[in-house]
Amino acid sequence: MTVATSTLSSAPLWYLTRSTGVIAFVLMTVTFALGLAATQRALASPSWPRFATQQLHRNISLLGVVFLLAHIITTLADTFVHVGWWAWIVPFASGYKTAWVGLGTLAFDLLLVVLVTSLLRDRMPLRLWRAVHWTSYLVWPLAFLHFLKTGTDAAHGRWGLYLAVASLITVGVAATARWLTPNEPRGPVRSVRGVR
Amino acid sequence: MRITVNPIDCKAHGVCAEMLPEWIELDEWGYPILDGEELPAQLVAHARRAAKACPTLAVVLRGE
Amino acid sequence: MTPTRATWPRRLFDGVAGEGLADLDAHQAQWGAIPPLSPEQIIEVAERSGLLGRGGAGFPTGRKMRTVAAGSRRAVVVANGAEGEPASAKDKLLLTRVPHLVFDGIGLAARAVKADEAHLVVHDNHRLATTLRRQLAARRGDPVVVQVHELPRRYVASEETAIVHWLNGGEAKPTFTPPRPFEQGVGRRPTLINNVETLAHLATVARRGDEWFRAVGDLDEPGTLLVTLSGEGADRRVAEVPTGTTIGAVAERARVDLARSPGVLVGGYFGTWLPTDYATQLPLTHRALRSAGAALGAGIIAALPPDRCGVVETARVASYLAAHNAGQCGPCLNGLPAIAGALRALATGRWDDRQWPLLERWLSVVPGRGACRHPDGAVRFVATALSTFAADVARHRSGQLCRHAGAPAWLPVPSVAAGWR
Repeated sequence: MTVATSTLSSAPLWYLTRSTGVIAFVLMTVTFALGLAATQRALASPSWPRFATQQLHRNISLLGVVFLLAHIITTLADTFVHVGWWAWIVPFASGYKTAWVGLGTLAFDLLLVVLVTSLLRDRMPLRLWRAVHWTSYLVWPLAFLHFLKTGTDAAHGRWGLYLAVASLITVGVAATARWLTPNEPRGPVRSVRGVR
Repeated sequence: MRITVNPIDCKAHGVCAEMLPEWIELDEWGYPILDGEELPAQLVAHARRAAKACPTLAVVLRGE
Repeated sequence: MTPTRATWPRRLFDGVAGEGLADLDAHQAQWGAIPPLSPEQIIEVAERSGLLGRGGAGFPTGRKMRTVAAGSRRAVVVANGAEGEPASAKDKLLLTRVPHLVFDGIGLAARAVKADEAHLVVHDNHRLATTLRRQLAARRGDPVVVQVHELPRRYVASEETAIVHWLNGGEAKPTFTPPRPFEQGVGRRPTLINNVETLAHLATVARRGDEWFRAVGDLDEPGTLLVTLSGEGADRRVAEVPTGTTIGAVAERARVDLARSPGVLVGGYFGTWLPTDYATQLPLTHRALRSAGAALGAGIIAALPPDRCGVVETARVASYLAAHNAGQCGPCLNGLPAIAGALRALATGRWDDRQWPLLERWLSVVPGRGACRHPDGAVRFVATALSTFAADVARHRSGQLCRHAGAPAWLPVPSVAAGWR
């Protein structure tokens, strides 16, 4: 009886942690794909300009961070599993599933640096911003592994698996397109308003 | 305020022309044509956004 | 007032006999020791003399030195002896005949701006660099040791920001300005860059004074200047003439016949083609040439021989200029080859006249949009050629045979390909 009561009181937090975590992961996957797409000249057209992809990438990443913060807060507040108060920023400090939670923390740490440098992008040397932004290639795989191994949904629920596969395909396609498409400045090109 | 471009950093992404079509036009090779004149007041905010959006930060604003 | 033959002074080459180099002894016998002027005195005499830079821009030398001297960091002096213009020979002549005058000038400039570092830059030509280093080694009492460098032989490499970039360890390609070298140059320090001819004049002014310098030449742009003349039967003759002398008078003195020439190139490959009659009466001052839409540039006066075609010569040089862009700026690296391609088609009888509006479009859209003035100069060279040689252009446009097809190349175009370091 007592066990049932304590489980019930922490259940909302547990659901919140899982749901915000999943949403954050989905948003990060979309962010990653959009980031790859934003660099490609070939994807721009008069009806879908490059700044649209650029801004979408930026806004969805910010939304993702919001959900990520919610995920972290609810995880720390939840007493059902013991994740230490500092585990949100120090990797591999959690008592619960140390390795897999740690990967999530690591992903968050990197993401934090990417976020801050991106907000200050026009106030720093471009080379520095670019070098930091490259670490985002590491963020997604870490988040993916964290989702796969920490989250019970992926392990036990079918939809978790489908989500994992779908996100892997999305990122795979986006990355392949970005790296296999030539991206040099074109030769004679129509201007946005037409050649005078 | 005037808007100029660092032609060495510019790689013809064309985002500036998307953000400020009233002022920036692209030549036949995709590079921006700017006349260096004083920007009208109502375009200054758009010019700032265009400068921030440039993938190579080649767009430079001068003046207040 | 055009000075007559008898009054034309030899100043830079005064006392230099024969074809050889005036070594330190000969130099000191001719000019004596450098007077012990303070930095402020050197700048003042330069300012009072009205000496203008002889590298093309014509900026007042004294003012430039004063600005660099006022910089917050220790200054650097660079002597530009690279002479990137293929049709120019004046800097080479100075360095091979009177190098000690140039070295004197470098020392004076270094003292004036309190520099602790000095560089002399020439295009790679091992003999010249070796000779210069040997002559330098014989000197005593210079304020700074002059380092001689051999710049890669590319047309834009002798542009001042390109030289600075290269001395700083980068490629010899121009950089975006601001900041200009006088603010931030070698080692990010204020850098005084002068053409070697300017420094040679400075060495004479320091000894003989500003009034002596002003006694000859134009009132507002006094002194003498070196020009390189080419024409029918004359290849790159260097003459020292008072400023303000007309192009016609200079040509006459150098025995270059302008009468039958269809057009005269003034300045260099980044300069201006002018109709011969018009060019002949133009005085060699910055302001007179500017109001004629031209510029003194590298001091080149090249009168196309009557048996050469202006379109063909222009096309060849245009290809050279297009191949020698630094590849950094879109309008230049795309526009110049497009223009050169059109010129080539026009010159070789493969011209489709529907291309003419395109050529005009490129000539209007390319200038002013690069980090340096290379595209501007190339466009000016082509555009003025098209108007000066209008008759030949019309012939080529209508598909008629070129009058001088098959004539050997006249304007010098180096074929050596070089790297950027």
